[in-house]
Amino acid sequence: MRLSYPGNIRIVRVPCTGKVDIIHILRALEKGADGVYVVGCLEGECRFSNGNLRARKRIEQAQHILDAIGIGGERAQMYNLSSADGPRFAEYAVEMTDKIKEMGPNPLKKAKEKMAA
Amino acid sequence: MIVAEKKPIEEIIDQVKDFQKLLIAGCNECVTVCEAGGKKEVGILASALRMYFMNEGKKVEIDEVTLERQCDHEYLEEIRDRIDKYDAVLSLACGVGVQFMAEKYFSTPVFPGVNTCFMGAAEERGVWSERCQACGQCILGETAGICPISRCAKRLLNGPCGGSTKGKCEISKDLDCAWQLILDRLKELDRLDDYEKIMPIKDWSTERAGGPRKVVREDVRL
Ligand code: SF4
Ligand code: SF4
Repeated sequence: MRLSYPGNIRIVRVPCTGKVDIIHILRALEKGADGVYVVGCLEGECRFSNGNLRARKRIEQAQHILDAIGIGGERAQMYNLSSADGPRFAEYAVEMTDKIKEMGPNPLKKAKEKMAA
Repeated sequence: MIVAEKKPIEEIIDQVKDFQKLLIAGCNECVTVCEAGGKKEVGILASALRMYFMNEGKKVEIDEVTLERQCDHEYLEEIRDRIDKYDAVLSLACGVGVQFMAEKYFSTPVFPGVNTCFMGAAEERGVWSERCQACGQCILGETAGICPISRCAKRLLNGPCGGSTKGKCEISKDLDCAWQLILDRLKELDRLDDYEKIMPIKDWSTERAGGPRKVVREDVRL
């Protein structure tokens, strides 16, 4: 299957989305990413039983923090798909890119430039 | 263990917003286990605060450290050589650790990053509940191993009260009546006769009501 999805996405592989922690989401944004999203298996289909549910909770916590510090909770998202569902993967990539484009770049970039000036 | 909860990030920001060099200090014991103030929480808070200050256009340096314990001199001493670098410490230890830090580093402002809740047990992942109020005169031997001081809303020594209904406490239907638990376990232990014994008035002077407490052990003092 040759599917195209936005090229500005950097994929970080993890053994299970249960491995993703709040700090990973925050660090990515701290380092300048405009958004971070986690793509996990369908709920109820985690091989390790609840890794994707844990991931969702962590994303929710990260969203709360990001809202509180003025970065925007929407910049972190959780998606679920079946691992065989390539087209859905591409769809989510487009959806996330559109969402972030709408929000604009990570506000820290501008803040950093201002502070350097 | 001592159970604590993270303070809302908004409250933490409000406490530390005027400082330029901050040390966030976690503790490796109870607060790590109840996921409120360990190394992980220190990392998350540090990252969040760095982003917050950067976004506000403020230059704030934030360092992270997690000490083995904050309620012991030897571990708190580990930061003595660099404490002067900071103009405030945000401690994620329980209230004991925060205070010991404040006592030791007298001229450095210290702020609490958690709310210390109680001494309790991890009932299940994400659920902690109170088990002991450190009354200083343990009576668990007479109450089938269930503490009426911490678990009975009225701290009754000869319960239950008239409000005990279907095993639940009258203050909430989600709360087990401690005296029902005691009775059930006495029955299980075949010790129901003990229940008939009237418990004498407790000496509350060893409890917090008798003022701040101290344990001095000459046998282990240096
Ligand atoms: S009787 Fe006192 S020391 Fe014993 S568990 Fe209850 S509060 Fe704690
Ligand atoms: S119902 Fe039970 S636990 Fe609640 S106050 Fe009465 S005796 Fe104590």
